[in-house]
Amino acid sequence: MSQSYNRGLIEDFGRWREFTAGMWAWIFHKFTGWVLVGYLFTHIAVLSTATIGTGVYTETLQSLESLFIVRVLEVGLLSVAVFHILNGVRLLMVDLGVGLEAQDKSFYAALILTGVIAIASVPTFVEGVF
Amino acid sequence: MSTHATQEQEGAEVDAGDSKPHSPHQDRRLQEKATREEQSQRESDERTREREETVEIKVFRYDPEVAEKQEPRFDTFHVPFEKGMTVLDAVMYARDHYDSSLTFRHSCRQAICGSDAFFINGRQRLGCQTQIAELDTPVRIEPLPHQEVVKDLVVDMDSFYEQMEAVEPYFQTNDLPEGDLDEQRQSRENREKIKMGTRCIWCASCMSSCNIAAGDDQYLGPAPISMAYRFAMDEREGEDIQDHRLRIIEQEHGVWRCQTQFSCTNVCPKDIPLTEHIQELKREAVKKNLKFW
Ligand code: HEM
Ligand code: SF4
Ligand code: FES
Repeated sequence: MSQSYNRGLIEDFGRWREFTAGMWAWIFHKFTGWVLVGYLFTHIAVLSTATIGTGVYTETLQSLESLFIVRVLEVGLLSVAVFHILNGVRLLMVDLGVGLEAQDKSFYAALILTGVIAIASVPTFVEGVF
Repeated sequence: MSTHATQEQEGAEVDAGDSKPHSPHQDRRLQEKATREEQSQRESDERTREREETVEIKVFRYDPEVAEKQEPRFDTFHVPFEKGMTVLDAVMYARDHYDSSLTFRHSCRQAICGSDAFFINGRQRLGCQTQIAELDTPVRIEPLPHQEVVKDLVVDMDSFYEQMEAVEPYFQTNDLPEGDLDEQRQSRENREKIKMGTRCIWCASCMSSCNIAAGDDQYLGPAPISMAYRFAMDEREGEDIQDHRLRIIEQEHGVWRCQTQFSCTNVCPKDIPLTEHIQELKREAVKKNLKFW
């Protein structure tokens, strides 16, 4: 394979302005994947308060859940996870060469489904915060 | 696209013949393309009627050897419009009548030499295959992104050619027929399988559209991988050569770098199902390395 080329100063001139479905799917998948990893650490941090004492854990959770922003973040987390799973299934299909003809449509479907699930979850997540 | 497109499609139909048909999504893509073409034909007819005498094109200019042109800029030309005019015709007119220093590559003018891939209105297209009347004006014509610009619309293709050579894009076999003068025959089905892969005109549109290739100079890239597919799937090549080919494409900067964004498949002027070829080679590589049976 070839050596590294210096493609020069103006290589980036006019870099793509036109994004296609597959590109967005890729960007969103990276993004959601890493958000999930980030959440994993917060999740561990919050759960670990239980090692200090039962009371501390309950208090932490109660004070977190009383914040409106936490409820919003929870809806966000759900959307991110749902999209990652749906698009993950889409990627697995693409890897198996199944339904390549619908790769763009399945991305849009994943987006819409994620939106619907996120909206449907809002009542559950904001319950009792006000 | 007029003459060229019709020839292509007729060709495709004749080729398909009675042997194995295209995969469904190839059919679907060609179908969509036909619909799109029909629509743009209609639009272009309308525009041809409406359009004033001239069409405005904005062409990227850059020349490291001339002091005033070291800073990239766009030059605007007003080219007399004619029915059936392609983007290549327009830049040729601008060069011949307004500015003889305007530099770009072209040769066949019928989408077969692959030398005039430009970045036209934000997409990789062949200048000679793109009707001016189908485009929004002013038409922006830039060199292919992600390749070093040598001058104006001319980009350095060395890196692309080197990747193409890396997959050994020529037939080789040690599986020769018995008799001295026997032909090396290929089955109809096998020919059909590799047909699309043989169509590549080395224009580098796909390479330019791929943002993985943009970030990784060593990534083989869509056209080279599809070229490897064309030979790896050719059943006349014999098993050890196919193994050798799989070893090339399964290297670190080979097929695994593909993130299935389908950008290459979207821009290829020859409708080669590049992503599909890459994915099939990935599966072949996995099958070869994971032999539990
Ligand atoms: C049912 C659940 C899940 C499915 C089906 C799934 C599916 C996938 C797939 C197919 C990929 C590979 C994308 C590619 O081809 O490059 C991927 C990447 C990834 N996933 Fe998931 N995933 C799931 C859950 C998770 C969870 C819970 C996390 C975080 C803790 C996560 C984090 C990531 C990360 C970080 C990547 C890599 C992103 C990158 O390439 O930079 N995933 N996932
Ligand atoms: S695969 Fe298509 S886009 Fe890529 S170099 Fe060949 S003809 Fe051009
Ligand atoms: S001039 Fe040969 S491909 Fe356009």
